[in-house]
Amino acid sequence: MSALAVKNLSKSFGGLRVTANVDFAVEPGERRLIIGPNGAGKTTLFNLITGELTPDAGSVLLFDRDITRLPSRNRPHLGMARTYQIITLFPRDTILRNAMLALLGLSPLRWNPFTALQRQQHLLDAARAALARVGLAEMAERPLAETSYGEKRRVEIAMALAQQPRVLLLDEPFAGLSIDERRDVRSLLSSIPRDVTVVMIEHDMDTALDLADRITLLHFGEVVVEGTRAEVVADPRTREVYLGE
Amino acid sequence: MTVRHALLAAAILALIAVPYAITEQYYVNIASQILLYAVFALGLNILVGYGGLVSLGHAGLSGVASYAAAYLLAAGHGHVVAIAGALAAGLVTTAGFAALSLRASGISFIMITLALGEIIWGLAYRWISITNGDNGISVATRPAPFGLSLASADGFYDATLIVFLIAVAACAIFVHSPFGAALAGTRDQPRRMNALGFHVWLIRFWAFMFSGLLSAVAGILFVYYNEFISPQALALTASAEGLLMVISGGAGTLLGPVVGAALVVIVKNVVSAYIARWNFLLGAIFVLIVVFMPEGLVPGTVRLFRVAWRSARRPKPATAAAAATPAGEPKP
Repeated sequence: MSALAVKNLSKSFGGLRVTANVDFAVEPGERRLIIGPNGAGKTTLFNLITGELTPDAGSVLLFDRDITRLPSRNRPHLGMARTYQIITLFPRDTILRNAMLALLGLSPLRWNPFTALQRQQHLLDAARAALARVGLAEMAERPLAETSYGEKRRVEIAMALAQQPRVLLLDEPFAGLSIDERRDVRSLLSSIPRDVTVVMIEHDMDTALDLADRITLLHFGEVVVEGTRAEVVADPRTREVYLGE
Repeated sequence: MTVRHALLAAAILALIAVPYAITEQYYVNIASQILLYAVFALGLNILVGYGGLVSLGHAGLSGVASYAAAYLLAAGHGHVVAIAGALAAGLVTTAGFAALSLRASGISFIMITLALGEIIWGLAYRWISITNGDNGISVATRPAPFGLSLASADGFYDATLIVFLIAVAACAIFVHSPFGAALAGTRDQPRRMNALGFHVWLIRFWAFMFSGLLSAVAGILFVYYNEFISPQALALTASAEGLLMVISGGAGTLLGPVVGAALVVIVKNVVSAYIARWNFLLGAIFVLIVVFMPEGLVPGTVRLFRVAWRSARRPKPATAAAAATPAGEPKP
């Protein structure tokens, strides 16, 4: 059984095929890196997997369950969490409240209009724990608007982890970070336990190479090479895609 | 929190004291109007301020409730039936509004609510067999719950105050609840909310229903206050006025719509007795608010007070220098 499988997935925008018969399977606990140059269709692939876009053909399977037609809002409830390449957080709220919203998304409490959110001690504790995991516990009360880009990136990851996903999708988690911030995020990602399957997009080849078990190379919406780290790095087609020969 | 509680208690006491402090019936009636429009604005604010969905059709929702109550009373039913029927009619209409308008957001949402509000207005104006057209429907009596008559200005004020306080409390509980947080989330990042597992459409739908409920309550108060309803109360200007109340007072705050309602009602009724061109004055006030306090009167005033408080607490350089000089030195 694979944690996440994509079968013959295709998507076109008008005449442009952004995803063409993409096929891969990620084993439970695996770290999969999806690389490809700009415009290779990586984020589109993520949007198809999370259901924000509907594929023209093919299917998406989460632990052997076909979720191709499942509304995207139901997928977090099955254990799928994602982060965004362009930071998508709640700027008016504190860091703590951002994390609480992530927890609330999976709680039946989200429909409750009668109790006070601030009195939900278990939710507050869980949100603080999620922030402690990414090293933001001390600044939990700070408004999100007053945090740095690197901190926002960590809030994104904290919110995804707070939902205790079985499959975590990270869309360019290193994009726009300084060298120091990259080191922090890297150690944070390598601390994620192996019961979480991680699929990560990165457009720069070297950044996340050491985090990956297997690599899928995408080019013009198609899978060009797939294999272990060494196999993909050594493959002449990788060189061709990245260096343009 | 204690200061806050004391202020809240003082405000409620002041509101209770209004009919005793003001002997002139005319001004008690103005106070009743402020409170009933405040209920309307509070309802609109749930959608506009917390949901980020600007509606230009809310007068249609309160108007349906007003007409339903007036129609049932004119048909010879009692007040309980009329009020229950008005609430039901208001909620059913709201559900229709929500189902149609929530297919869109932003400008398209505004246009759909505007169109729906105009349809309701058109029905009130043209469906003469039910609404009596331009002549409207008169209501003969006000209700007398528990034997307390609402016929007098004071009696009606007290009843309106109770409804108003319940509405404020309901809004306060709502916006601080998990559902309120979810609604604010759909305003700021609908895409993220969806990815976190929230049902954005359904959250907006229930918020719309709550907003419509408060509008219907305001509509019932309105028809009993005036003892009359005509299509004028459902016109686009009525919806726009509600929106001005919310925005001038401060959208997304609890107190803002109340202050906005007071501002609009006072300018419309009291100031218009002295200034013939009161519309011009109202417009000028809104321009000033938009220029100097774009976030609304309540958040704007809070901001000004914070700035003043900070500059008062910070010791001025001159005073600091004076304090630094040795105490024993004689002054010249």
